[in-house]
Parts: sequence; structure tokens; C-alpha cells
Amino acid sequence: MNRLVALFLAIGGTALAGETATIDGTALERLVLQDCGSCHGLTLKGGLGPDIRPEALAHYDRAGLAAVILDGIPGTPMPPWRPLLTQAEVDWMVTYLLSGGTQ
Amino acid sequence: MKRAVFAVLAGLALAAPAWSQSTGDLGLVVERASGSLLVVDQSDRAAIGRITGLGDLSHASLVYAPDQRFAYVFGRDGGLTKVDILEQSVVNRVMQAGNSIGGAISDDGRYVAVSNYEPGGVRVFDADTLEMVADIPTGAKTIGLVDIPGTRFVFSLWDSGETWIADLSGDAPEIIRIAGMGDNPYDALVTGDGRTYIAGLFGADHLTALDLWQDNPTPQPILPGYAAGRTGLPVYKMPHLEGWAQAGDEFVLPAVGQHEVLWVDAKSLSETGRTATHGQPVFAMARPDGRHVWVNFAHPLNDTIQVIDTVSKDVIHQFTPGPGVLHMEFTPRGHEVWLSVRDAGKVMVYDTQTFEKLREIEADSPSGIFFTARAHKMGL
Repeated sequence: MNRLVALFLAIGGTALAGETATIDGTALERLVLQDCGSCHGLTLKGGLGPDIRPEALAHYDRAGLAAVILDGIPGTPMPPWRPLLTQAEVDWMVTYLLSGGTQ
Repeated sequence: MKRAVFAVLAGLALAAPAWSQSTGDLGLVVERASGSLLVVDQSDRAAIGRITGLGDLSHASLVYAPDQRFAYVFGRDGGLTKVDILEQSVVNRVMQAGNSIGGAISDDGRYVAVSNYEPGGVRVFDADTLEMVADIPTGAKTIGLVDIPGTRFVFSLWDSGETWIADLSGDAPEIIRIAGMGDNPYDALVTGDGRTYIAGLFGADHLTALDLWQDNPTPQPILPGYAAGRTGLPVYKMPHLEGWAQAGDEFVLPAVGQHEVLWVDAKSLSETGRTATHGQPVFAMARPDGRHVWVNFAHPLNDTIQVIDTVSKDVIHQFTPGPGVLHMEFTPRGHEVWLSVRDAGKVMVYDTQTFEKLREIEADSPSGIFFTARAHKMGL
């Protein structure tokens, strides 16, 4: 499953490669803390949604985590962010989450 | 000697000790990123101080003691903090859980209950000392915690779809468990008379009501199938339910996954109308007189407010106060509404008749706004 998702993401990623220059890291960090934080907590320690600090995400690879963000988890309150975010923005967020905001 | 005594007495009188200030028109604004509360004065339309040291206040709420002086703040990190709005200080603080979502105070002001995600359950504390007096584990995240008459609390379980009624009037809590409230209740409200409890569901397109005056309250589905086969839209922030959902003879309730509010008759609980809205409603709050309902929305449309007329069910006003309008609070008789505009760093005060902006008050990432009149209302 992950490989298939990775393939799709790679195709999508290539198409959007030209947009990476427009990533607004400050705005995305704000999104992660405040809007993901609505459910996951401002500190990302969890709330209605689970803890999404690096230790808690250790079992995810980049593609898997990106898929969760883009497509949500059906049957749970985790919504798909695909309508609002580009692949490049999601990639930035994946890096941010897996590194605990240090990268 | 007499002159010296007089001078001392005059000096004391002019010192204006804190206990001489009235609290009836004060309020507290949660500053969610800095663990602080901004103290505000409604009639001055101004901030008059700040209370710091409250830990993680992202998604924090509070209730007032009956004296309108002390407040109990429920923090996301499980902190329960008692503050003095006159002294503008923290009086007491306990870390009572890992992750908590809200709380309530009993009708007699004796107990404060906190609704916890981690560990799942409700804990009850003595309002004076913050000593724990009851621990009610549920094995599930608890939501929709409210107070009802008789030193009782009502709350629901996200994971199992139950509602529990906890009676704290005796030596040990007595619990009534009601199953069958539905899939994933995410929040609940109780009416100002403590009679009707309505749980909103995330996992199904209806809501569930309980008549707490029944001997054995039985879940009653309301607005069954309100999505009417339409695909659910993404929900980027959960709606919130509180007693302000009562507008005149009806309840106005946010739909989940549809951009609309749903109207039901408060007595029969049958549907009386729908109003399409700008986005996913988060708060739909009736002005205290019930004639208008103010609605704010989830990300990414959280810069907009709509006002709906209760009689026509039409949107009569729409405006964009600023980025991140998180919360609204009416003055007790409804002549003003205060909005927290998180990303503008301001609380904005509006006239509810003319919709004119009256004041902006600087605040640090403001979220919940709580006026002291809440001390005298059930279920908030």
C-alpha cells in the first residue's frame, strides 16, 4: 500500500516541484500548531486526536504520514487536507512533524 | 493624636482595596499560547490585567464560583487552576490528568468536575481546596460535561456512545449509565433549566436527546438522517454545543460535515428548518434574547461570522472581523458580543443591534471569552 501511495505521491510531487519555492514555512508551522492543534493540541501532545510528536510518529514513513494528512482516516475525525494543501506543503509538514519542528 | 488617626483612616479608605471592586461585569479571556488569562471589564470595554502561570491553555475553558470572584480553569494539559479575578492571581492549581477537555461546577458551588481524555473519565474536586473527592473512570474519552440540579453532573463517552449521570449529593457518587446515545458523541448541551440534554454525534447524521425529567431517561434520536444521502464534507474543527443553542422556541444546532445549521422545535424536537451557512459551523450561539444567532466557522473559513434571524431563518448579516475568529461571548443581556480574533491578536467588541464595531482590545492569541454572569447559569 505504501509503495503505491509513494508512486502516486512521486508523480504528484514532480508536477508540483516548481511550487516548492513558494512554501511559507511560518504559515505552515502556524497551521500545524493552531489548526492541526485544534484536535492534536497546541503542543501536539494530543487531544481528540493522538499525540503527533516525533516519538509517537516513529512507525510512519514519509509517504505513509503524507497519505494520512492528504486523505485522512475514514471513519475517524481525521479529515483529508488534500482540498487545502499542495503536495509540497504536506511534504514540508511531514518533515516538520517527524523532526519535531527542528527542520 | 486625633489628626494622625484620621490621616491613617483616610489613607486606608483611599487605598481602594481589591475587595471593593465589583465583579458583575468582569470577564476572563484565555490567551491560548501563553498560558495566561486576560482580565477584562465589560462596561469599560478594556483589559484591566492578566493572570499568568496556567500551563497549557490551548483549548481551555472555565467556570465561575457562585461569588463571581473565583474561576476554575480547565487546561488541555490536565491542569485545574483556581484563580481570583479580583486579586488577578492563581489561588491553587493541581495537575489532575494527562489531557482534559472541559469542566463544570455543581449547582451548589461545592464541586468542580473535569472531563478527561487521558485517562478517560471524570474527576470531581472540592471547590474550596481542589482536593479530589471522586474519581469516575469510564475507559473512554469523556465529553459534553454539564451540571444539572441536585449536585449532579451529566457527561458522555466518545468511544462507547453512553451518557452517564453522576449524583454527588451523598457520600459516594451514584452513577446512572444510559447506553445507545449513538456513534461518537463529540459534545453535548443541556438547556438552561437542566432538563434536556442533547448530544451531537460525529459518527452518524443525527443527534440524540435525553429528557432528564423522565424516571429512566431514554435516548431519543432527533434530526434523523439530516445529511440526506449527501457526502460528508471534511470537518477541520469539531462544532461545539452549549445551552446557547436555544433560540426562542427552537434549538439551532450545527450540522457535522454539512455547511448548515439545523433547527428543531424545543418541545417536540422535530425539525423546523435549515439554514445554509458559509462553512462548517463551530459555534452557533443565540443572542440572549434568542432573536439572532451568531455563527462562526472551522478552518479555512474561520475569518467570517454570519448572523441568522431566528424567525426567518435567513442569514441577515455576514462580515469578516479578521483571521481566526475562535469564540464569541454575549454580554448578559445581549447588547454586545465580544469576538476573539486569534490571528489578529485582538478581542473585538460589536453592537448586536447595529453590528457596528465598538472596540478592539489587544490580546495574545485569544480564544475562549467567559463573562462572570456565567456563574448563575446552569450547564455552561
